[in-house]
Amino acid sequence: MSGVTVACDPSHIRPYLEARTFRGKECFRSHWNQSQDLPAFSKRRSGFIMSKFKDAGHLFRFAGLFVLLFVVFLVVRHFVVPKSFGKYGHYRADAIGEIAAHPAKYAGHETCEACHSDVLDKKSKGKHAHVNCEACHGALVKVLPAPPPPTPNVYERMVALVIKPMPQDPPVLRHADDPSSVVPELPDTTVLCARCHTASAAKPKGFPQVVPADHSNGMACKTCHDPHSPAMDAGGAK
Amino acid sequence: MNISRRQMLILMPAAAVAWKAVLAGTPEQSPNYKMSDHWWGMLIDIPKCIGCGNCVRACATENDVPDGYFRTWVERYHVSDEDMTNPEVISPDGGKEGFPVAAEDDKKYFFVPKMCNHCTDSPCTQVCPVGATFVSPDGVVLIDQKYCLGCAYCVQACPYGCRYINPQKETAEKCTLCYHRITQGLTTACCEACPTGARQLVDLKDPKDPIHEFLKTHSVQVLKPQMATGAKAFYNGLDGSVR
Repeated sequence: MSGVTVACDPSHIRPYLEARTFRGKECFRSHWNQSQDLPAFSKRRSGFIMSKFKDAGHLFRFAGLFVLLFVVFLVVRHFVVPKSFGKYGHYRADAIGEIAAHPAKYAGHETCEACHSDVLDKKSKGKHAHVNCEACHGALVKVLPAPPPPTPNVYERMVALVIKPMPQDPPVLRHADDPSSVVPELPDTTVLCARCHTASAAKPKGFPQVVPADHSNGMACKTCHDPHSPAMDAGGAK
Repeated sequence: MNISRRQMLILMPAAAVAWKAVLAGTPEQSPNYKMSDHWWGMLIDIPKCIGCGNCVRACATENDVPDGYFRTWVERYHVSDEDMTNPEVISPDGGKEGFPVAAEDDKKYFFVPKMCNHCTDSPCTQVCPVGATFVSPDGVVLIDQKYCLGCAYCVQACPYGCRYINPQKETAEKCTLCYHRITQGLTTACCEACPTGARQLVDLKDPKDPIHEFLKTHSVQVLKPQMATGAKAFYNGLDGSVR
């Protein structure tokens, strides 16, 4: 600090300090004698507010603009936010219905069993009792009626102008839709059975497995086994 | 075309009724289905899985899943008893066409079918910036295809890797637990196609569902329980090496 010259003379600060002290005393005194100063003080204060409000037109105009914008926001929001948004949570509740409207392609074993009770009887006594029809026969699509188009709101119409909806494939009728005219293709048992029953160390030990080449030498499995009740000892063999 | 006043008076209310029906949009579910009566989940019985890939194919057919993307897939684990933390995992084309034949060795093998866990507190729905994905009132994590922007936050957020961006639609997609089937009283396509009963759709709100007895009597685990996602894909016989 030795090289630094102190340019500040305490005498420069003194008048300021005194002034502050003086004002502080004045302030203290005015609060102390509040009862007697209050009317004059409050009069002065309200006069100040009123005088300011005389020129406050721009504030009201601004507030008006604010209210107008808020109303515009509410109107836009009303059209842009779908009706069902927020019904169950922060999402569009109608989406649930749209997802549920997806057409099913697996008819379900109950549909098959309604007609093929003979197969069900045979199957339920055999080893494949728990294997559903379409696990082997593939999807026997059940075409559901096309859902009506969802409500186009302003937002959706705007989006549709830019993004064209994806063209949908025409539904393919399969056996479950038209049992009399559409006959499903019979699966090739050499491929089908091998998919599950080919021996592999990765499969559970109790699961029946064979090495197809050794077991049948390329012969179709259904030559000997009935796929609906495959065990040889259960009377299911052909 | 001339329309008399009388005809007009008949047509106007009819048109109003028709317009009202149009405005009402799609019905939510089949009429007998009540969302509040269900809380869906899935039971996956690992000792029963034979890795045939039926579930993967059925899911792709049912839900139009593009090639190379999966809403469910099957992994084959090959684990030595000495190094459980480094399992050898394969899933060729998601297990769609099955797995190569494995030769017997001193390590253990097992299959693990994977799918969306339909978490109760799902991380994927929490990160969505537009409210396009959500847990439905019956406990299924779904995606609103009209709201999804394809930002893929959810794809990153899912701890189980169950989401993908559809390359054509450029929106996120995932397992819907065959929502269109379960709301009609059918089971999911993967459960329908599973030949061994390794997958079972469960309804935790149905007191008659055998899942309650099963959970009571078996050692059942969910994937990544430490993440507290409230996963509802229950795995029976889950090996500690599964990630």
